[in-house]
Order: sequence, then C-alpha cells, then structure tokens
Amino acid sequence: MTCEFRIGHPSAYRWNDALQIYLPIADLPVNVFLVFGMGIAVGFISGMFGIGGGFLMTPLLIFIGVAPAVAVATVASHIAASSFSGAISYWRRRALDLSLALMLLLGGMIGTAGGVWLFTALRRIGQLDITIGLSYVTLLGIVGSLMILESVRAIIRMRGGKPTELRRPGSHTWIHGLPFKLRFKQSRIYISVIPVLAIGFIIGFIGAVMGIGGGFLLVPMLIYFLRVPTNVVIGTSMVLTLVTMASATVMHAVTNHLVDALLALILMFGGVMGAQFGARAGQNMRGERIRLLLGLLVLAVGLRFAADLVFKPSDLYSIRPLETGL
Amino acid sequence: MALVAALVAAGAGWTEPAAAERLVTSLSSHRVMITQYFTGEELVLFGSVERDANTVPRRSGYDIVATVTGPRESLVTRRKERVLGIWVNVDSRTFIDAPSYLAVLTTRPAAQIADADTLRRLQIGIDNTSFPQRIGPDFADVNRDDPLRAAFLRLQRAHHLYVEEPNGVTFLTPMLYRATIPLPAQAPVGTYEVDVKLFADGAMIARTTSALEVMKVGFEQFVASAARDHGLLYGIATATMALMTGWLASIVFRKD
Repeated sequence: MTCEFRIGHPSAYRWNDALQIYLPIADLPVNVFLVFGMGIAVGFISGMFGIGGGFLMTPLLIFIGVAPAVAVATVASHIAASSFSGAISYWRRRALDLSLALMLLLGGMIGTAGGVWLFTALRRIGQLDITIGLSYVTLLGIVGSLMILESVRAIIRMRGGKPTELRRPGSHTWIHGLPFKLRFKQSRIYISVIPVLAIGFIIGFIGAVMGIGGGFLLVPMLIYFLRVPTNVVIGTSMVLTLVTMASATVMHAVTNHLVDALLALILMFGGVMGAQFGARAGQNMRGERIRLLLGLLVLAVGLRFAADLVFKPSDLYSIRPLETGL
Repeated sequence: MALVAALVAAGAGWTEPAAAERLVTSLSSHRVMITQYFTGEELVLFGSVERDANTVPRRSGYDIVATVTGPRESLVTRRKERVLGIWVNVDSRTFIDAPSYLAVLTTRPAAQIADADTLRRLQIGIDNTSFPQRIGPDFADVNRDDPLRAAFLRLQRAHHLYVEEPNGVTFLTPMLYRATIPLPAQAPVGTYEVDVKLFADGAMIARTTSALEVMKVGFEQFVASAARDHGLLYGIATATMALMTGWLASIVFRKD
C-alpha cells in the first residue's frame, strides 16, 4: 500500500537519464554526448576545409528533432564561435584582408537583415521548411558539382605534369570594368566595390535564411570572381562569417526568440575542439584533394535534401503551433 | 482510513454533496518542474468515494473518469501534396484553442460506463471532445471523418500528447481509486485542469476538479524568459558567449 502511494514519479529514473539534458528554447530533451559528438564531428570537417560547417550542422539538428527554425537560429551562434577561433589564428599569421572583409561585411549586414525578415515571413505562412529544403538542394547541388568538376580537372592537370594556377593575373572579366574602384592592399587587387558589396549581401542573406555561414560559397566566389589570392581567402572569409553569424544570432534572438543558448554552448565546445584536429588533418592533404572531398560532401548533403523533397514523406500531415505576432 | 484523513488534512478538494456520494481527490504533486533533467513525468492522481449513512447502494459499483486538459493553444495542421514533383504543404487547418495536452483515464472503456448521449454531452473521451477550427470566416468543429481533423488527433496521440487509457484508473478498495497521469517530455508549460467524475448506474453522481502546473524552473526558466522578454540582451549575451568560446579555444590550442 505504501508502495502504491509513493509520492513522486516512480518511473522517472531510467539509466540514461543522466545523459539527457532539457533544452530551454528547443523544448525537448537531448542526449548531451550525442550533441557534443555532433559538434566535434562538424568541427573536424570545418577545421579541415576552413568552413563554418553550418550546412551540415543545421540538417543534423533537424534530424534529431530540433525545430528547423530553432536549428537555423542556434547554428548561427555555433558558427560565430568556430569562425572566431579560426579568424584569430589567421590574424596571427596576417593571412587575412581586413579592409576587404569590412567592405564585404557592409553588404553582409544588409543581406542578413533581409534574410532574417524573409525567414520570419516564411515561418508565418508555413513555407519555411520547403524553402530551406529547396535552397539546400539547389545551392549545395550546384556548388558541390562545380567543386568536384574543378578539383577533378586540377587533379588531372597535376597528373599531366602542368602546374595548377587559380589566380591568372591579367585575365580581366566584366567585373573589372565596373566603377567605384578601390585598392585592397593585402589581397593585391584593385576592384570595384559593387561586386564586393553584392557578394557580401548574397552571403549574409543566404546565411540568415538557411542557417549556414556561407564559407563554402564565399571562398570560391572570392577566388573566381574577385581573384583574391588563396592564402588570404580563408582568413578573410572567416572574419565575414564571424560578423554575419554573430549579428544573425542577435537578430534571430530579437525577432524570433528562437536561439537556444544551451544547445549553442554544447555545440560550440564540441565544435572548437573538433576544429583543431580537423585543421591538423587538413594540413597533410593536397588542396585539390581537399576541394574534391568537400565537393563530394556538399553534394551528398544536397542529395539528401533532394530525397526528402522528391520521395513521399512517411507522414503527409504535420502539426505546428500557430505563428502569431510581427 | 488514516490515509483518507491524511488526504483531508492535505487540503484535498471536496465537492458539493450531489447524490450523497462525495468525491475526494488529490495529486502526488501540483507542480511539475521542468529542470535540465526533465524527460517527462508521471503524476499520481488518487482519492476516494465518500459515502454516508443515507447513501443508497449502487447496483453497478463505481466508475471514475479523469480528464486532464493542458493549456490551450492554437495549432495548425498541414497536409503535403506532390506539386511539380516535390512534396509541398498545400492545405492547412487552424485548430483554435485546442488542448495542448489531453488525457482521458477511465476505470473501463467509456462506452460501458454510460450511454453515448451522456458521454457526448459531458464530452468524455477524445472522440467526444469538440475541436473548434477556423473554416473560412467561421469557427466550427467539422465532421469526424474530415482528414485534417483525423490527422490532427492521430499526430497528437503519436506524440503522446493525447492519451486515452480505458483502464487507467484502478480501484484499490471499493472506495479508493488511483490513476497515473503520463506527462511526456514535450508537455507544454502552463496550467492543466484535472476533472474527475464519478459514475454509477450510467449517470454522473459527483464531480470534482483540481489543477496542476507544468513550469520551467531554475536555469531553464531563466533562459526561456530571458529569450522571450529581453531578446536583444539575450542575443548579445549568446553572441558574446560564442566569441568567448572561440577565443578560449584559440588560446588553449595555440601552438607556437
């Protein structure tokens, strides 16, 4: 009898309870080690390739049950942490162009604000998930394929004995004919501010909507469109990623109240640790090999999203709270 | 009997003496705290049927129907359809102020406790509960077979938010009953109404209500309210935390 009436929660003690932690904003319990492990794994990849890794982390969080909106908003702060630790080490080696980064940022800030606005609007009309899905498929599909193509060509050229050259001085495109030219000393380029601002805008916009830092997009854009030398590209891209993601964190917190600080903290700790090991692994690999691997990874994530859109979902129905306000 | 005395002393709710029987009920806890370690909880609902000298004997014995209704919330159910080769949300329905949690616990299947009319009138069971929906400019509950309504109930059950347990209440003695309210990890924060009805011979003879509250406490509560009420500060704090973590990592792993 006394047993039957024991006050409390008889079945609340399970062996794995110690590993579970309840996320205050995402409103669900998760396994701490699982999330921490995801942070390390994505951090490893981001350190190896010099990217933020948001395009991997956001889908992973959605996969373990975090609402897409919370995942996007939270990953922004995770990327801010990993890109800051990266940017510091590039700064020590003077391998970044601060003035170019600042100009990109100007465009990036406007783009981020626009992205957060679109994010909020899409969430209200119930089309956020499909937009995130479609953007991932198109963007990752295109970028992944291009990277694979480019790196395979480079590898073939290497086999043929010809040297690879990403920067071809003197080869001018229409971009170099635009007005409002500025000289960026560290990058040794003299170029119009219009494409710089435009690239910043695109990265900021896409980053806020898709929950990605956009490093994997920005690096090729800077190399191919602006002809920025490879040695300053990653450092510069990290500065941009850092500021856009830090401001996206603040903007998402103000407009959508969906940044989960606890989830972000666990991810950050895993991420910065993994990044160190990834960076060491990356140093022992050839540039084309790294680009090929990254291309394959990007394409794989894109295809995974495509499968979700194309194949019949296991449940055609879904429930979400009614979005109010704003 | 000592137990019943203890219940009374604990301030358990007494009902009006409707038909000589009275229903006494209490919960193992009126507050469910969501802490960092919250993975759902089971509350015990218990009580007894009080009779006095004038009470007539009941032919069928007693039945208990306990309904727990969580905070009301408007929910949107959406349906996907293939458009241009991809699966897109095409159709949606808003359920106005639907219970975010609904548990119906009974001593035996509701159909055996009272007739269909009584059950419908008292809204006993998920099937007899009305779910107002926004249909054009109107608010109404639709046909039970409506696919969006059926999907709504199916998903809420699948998420353990709508629960029906036809044997969820047990009589330990002819007068003493006990039930377990299963609150899942995703139980929403707010006030839950607990409504206990006593049936005998197919009619409701006593009823009592109670309430419980699910609340975030400590760190969880602090973070949630900071995010909601001080969005800007919270965002700046999170961004600063990110920068500190990044900076710390670059110090710890510095290799020169």
